[in-house]
Amino acid sequence: MDFMINTFGLYFGTFLVILGQALLVVVLILVALAFLMYADRKIWAAVQIRKGPNQVGVFGLLQSFADFIKYIVKEIVVPAGADKVVFFLAPAITFMLAVVAWAVVPFADGWVVSDINVGILYIFAVSSLEVYGVIMGGWASNSKYAFLGSLRSAAQMISYEVSIGLIIVGVLISTGSLNLSEIVRAQDGNYGLFSWYWLPHLPMVWLFFVSALAETNRPPFDLPEAESELVAGYQVEYSSTPFLLYMIGELMAVVLMTALMSVLFFGGWLSPIPGLADGIWWMVLKMAVLFFMFSMVKALVPRFRYDQLMRLGWKVFLPMSLGWVVLVAAFAQYGVPGYARWAVGG
Amino acid sequence: MVIVTLVFYLFAAIAVASAMMVVLSRNPVHSVLWLILTFFSAAAIFILMGAEFIAMLLMIVYVGAVAVLFLFVVMMLDVDFAKLRGSVAQYTPLGLLIGLILIAELGMAYGTWIFAKDAPEMRAAVMPAPDQVENTAAIGQILYTDYVYMFQAAGLILFVAMIGAIVLTMRHRPDVKRQNILTQIYRDPAKSVELKDIKPGQGL
Repeated sequence: MDFMINTFGLYFGTFLVILGQALLVVVLILVALAFLMYADRKIWAAVQIRKGPNQVGVFGLLQSFADFIKYIVKEIVVPAGADKVVFFLAPAITFMLAVVAWAVVPFADGWVVSDINVGILYIFAVSSLEVYGVIMGGWASNSKYAFLGSLRSAAQMISYEVSIGLIIVGVLISTGSLNLSEIVRAQDGNYGLFSWYWLPHLPMVWLFFVSALAETNRPPFDLPEAESELVAGYQVEYSSTPFLLYMIGELMAVVLMTALMSVLFFGGWLSPIPGLADGIWWMVLKMAVLFFMFSMVKALVPRFRYDQLMRLGWKVFLPMSLGWVVLVAAFAQYGVPGYARWAVGG
Repeated sequence: MVIVTLVFYLFAAIAVASAMMVVLSRNPVHSVLWLILTFFSAAAIFILMGAEFIAMLLMIVYVGAVAVLFLFVVMMLDVDFAKLRGSVAQYTPLGLLIGLILIAELGMAYGTWIFAKDAPEMRAAVMPAPDQVENTAAIGQILYTDYVYMFQAAGLILFVAMIGAIVLTMRHRPDVKRQNILTQIYRDPAKSVELKDIKPGQGL
């Protein structure tokens, strides 16, 4: 970093360094996404006793790249009567928001593009903006299926954001900071994995997992694109590259949720066994395990009905997470061990 | 800091231009989208001022929730654009008049604005030094310790408003069949399925 600053001057050098870091993160995540997509399909296939993709490359490992080329070279079809600008803006927004959220995710101690004080709020803000890609796409397509899908999805994403926000507040009360790196450092203790937040915040881990499924429109909450009733929901009119952008954006949001879960509840880069070295490999391992759980849920759980989904969000999750915030605040105030990490100085 | 100034003017220009487009664009959905861009630029300006907490709140509350509701409503409106455009000319003089009065009033108010003599001291008394505490913690300190009763009162007022809105719009329809989720969950085959052994040629 000093070399760059000395060579190019303070502002431009810093700019180049940050640009390089951002590009590195984005490229690595995009490559990882290609294999995660493949893993997703393989796991899904294995549950259904199929083989899954196995033609392109060894064991079909290059399947995602073949799909990528296919999406790129196909024709872009714009429906008649579509609002063209908004129609192309929507997938671009979905993709960009999914990418920019990674700016504050700490992969290891100090390995973060932007270590801002309000990191968790930033991620929350970006993920609450992701609904725009869906609404705009559905509206601009000028199609009833797409519009119905986007309306459903908007209601769904807003509903589950509320409980995700309240669950995050519980973790923040325990940490006393909005910085994601600080949240991980607060979980560093003498007992390895038993020092992490999943233990004191155990009920909320499940709630967060289910809310994350709903927030990212994954099965069993994939009502916006329920193919049996809405064809493919808001993306029914999309083809070629815009469709690819939607797919990447969605999958990236899922992977972001796994990163967020491992930072909030499973100690980020911290080693589960005291004595082993901390590092980025733990973070990657935790994200991979969580992604496996996301895939298994997709394979195993049947889709919810829409009214059941809304009931679950507003009548079950919201009161539970709100009550938990009050409980955690009381626990932290009266010094129940494990709930107030700021009080014991760690 | 030349760059900060440049970036400020960039975002300020975007904010003003998109605010103009909110009013000027023909399609109400486009208006809401421009409004979102305005909020966004305002959040960026807050970040430049070092008020990152308020910037994030602006994004979460206004862009993430309020504007989504706007968009929701506006998309489902069935508006006749030609008719709307026809009536614009009719209301323009009145609108301009209101705008002029507003500008005059603002000018008069800000032109004679003087701080009360002990106002800066009173503010300094509750504010920790900016370099000692980050602004999220500072806002939390002020809201939840020094002004906790006012804060609770504000919350109560909002709560009453919310209950009022629900009471006004809620209708109980006795003729609608509703689900009881718990009874559905606690049903089991023993209660709901009966096995009948029917002899051939007899029927029930």
